[in-house]
Amino acid sequence: MIAVIDYKAGNLTSVVKALKYVGAETLVTQDPEVVLRAAKVVLPGVGHFQATQLLSELGITAAVRESVAKGAWFLGICVGMQWLFEGSTEAPGVVGLGHFEGMCERFPAVFEGAELKSPHVGWNSLERVREDSRLLRGVAEGGFVYYTHSWRAPVVQATASVTEYGGAFTGVVERENVMGVQFHPEKSSAVGLRMLQNFVEL
Amino acid sequence: MLTKRIIACLDVRDGRVVKGVQFVDIVDAGDPAELAHRHAAAGADEIVLLDITATHEGRGTLIDTVQRTAATLFVPFTVGGGIRSAEDAAAVFDAGADKVSINSSAIARPELIGEIGGSFGAQAVIVAIDARRGVLGVEDAEVYVSGGRKATGLRVVDWAIEAEQRGAGEILLTSMNTDGMRNGFDCELTAMVSSAVQIPVIASGGAGTAAHFAEVFGRGKADAALAASIFHFGVTDSRELKAELRRAGVSVRLPC
Repeated sequence: MIAVIDYKAGNLTSVVKALKYVGAETLVTQDPEVVLRAAKVVLPGVGHFQATQLLSELGITAAVRESVAKGAWFLGICVGMQWLFEGSTEAPGVVGLGHFEGMCERFPAVFEGAELKSPHVGWNSLERVREDSRLLRGVAEGGFVYYTHSWRAPVVQATASVTEYGGAFTGVVERENVMGVQFHPEKSSAVGLRMLQNFVEL
Repeated sequence: MLTKRIIACLDVRDGRVVKGVQFVDIVDAGDPAELAHRHAAAGADEIVLLDITATHEGRGTLIDTVQRTAATLFVPFTVGGGIRSAEDAAAVFDAGADKVSINSSAIARPELIGEIGGSFGAQAVIVAIDARRGVLGVEDAEVYVSGGRKATGLRVVDWAIEAEQRGAGEILLTSMNTDGMRNGFDCELTAMVSSAVQIPVIASGGAGTAAHFAEVFGRGKADAALAASIFHFGVTDSRELKAELRRAGVSVRLPC
């Protein structure tokens, strides 16, 4: 059973649909007790970092902290991944889980002398795919995934793959049982479904 | 590297995909869900479904169509046509759409852009602009509404900038001068809008050959390009199109 956390942030339905498609049983919840009992937890999200404020209010933040310490598998998607970092300049007053170091920041308006469009929308490639990544098993270097975001996480030691847009940023982050993806696997065709399947089969 | 997107558009009337030439000779092109999947399997990067019925009866059909189409579609999916309120948008998102496209309703009440964006995020709002060149050419291109029947007096660039400021995530720009002609996109108009805004611009209207796409991605500065008629009846598919684009030096999602 995968607990999918509902904090009124967008792509929940699509994520559940894709997880079911690859064979998962899911339970959509706002209940920290359910999160604590689940062997796997997915935190979707699209939109504003501010929305993650609700996670603390619901008691989810504490539950996730306890559950990942006990070894539960965790997957954050888009804003759900950014939340694994210390925070985001998008909502300076809201703290992230701080599982990975660094702050999420906005794409620069100018990169290498040229204007950079933002949001970063579309299919971009996964580079420097770490071979020991469990989430990326079977995903080739250069595989395409669908992004739509204006803030991004820095490249850190736990980064499992980067994407280039106005410089490199974290596309996939993974350390032991805690994983996150900035793109939308539920909208990334076969490549994205493969990752979700990898997560389901852990 | 961020690739250029090829977007397949399905015009839906009474729950069926239709295709007309210059709004006449409308022919039935099939079931929306089936066609959406066929396009996705053939390498389209996104699917757009436009409800051209926009009647009250059409509404229920649309929601049902969106649900059926979205059920196992794992690429981005946009729905447009007749979305007049944040509630209309919410119903379409609930049915499985990732983005909505709004046009006349955004002109009538520009606050709608921010209202939908506030609840579902800017990435979920596409403002569609139907543009026709004026007497001075591209510089005074004007925004039209109601399926291109009514001039608004708004300059295209001004409206695109306002849409961005109000929180649109993307602009879908259709040139009425080139639409349906299959003689190529309006590159000049697209470049003008694309240079004026920070958000991605989707070019629409006039696709006929792979070279037209290469032109609009290059000279036209488009981030994505949308086409309908060339993808129906097996004329070509996105994968073939992308292979040609790659040979022309355009960065595209391949394999797909």
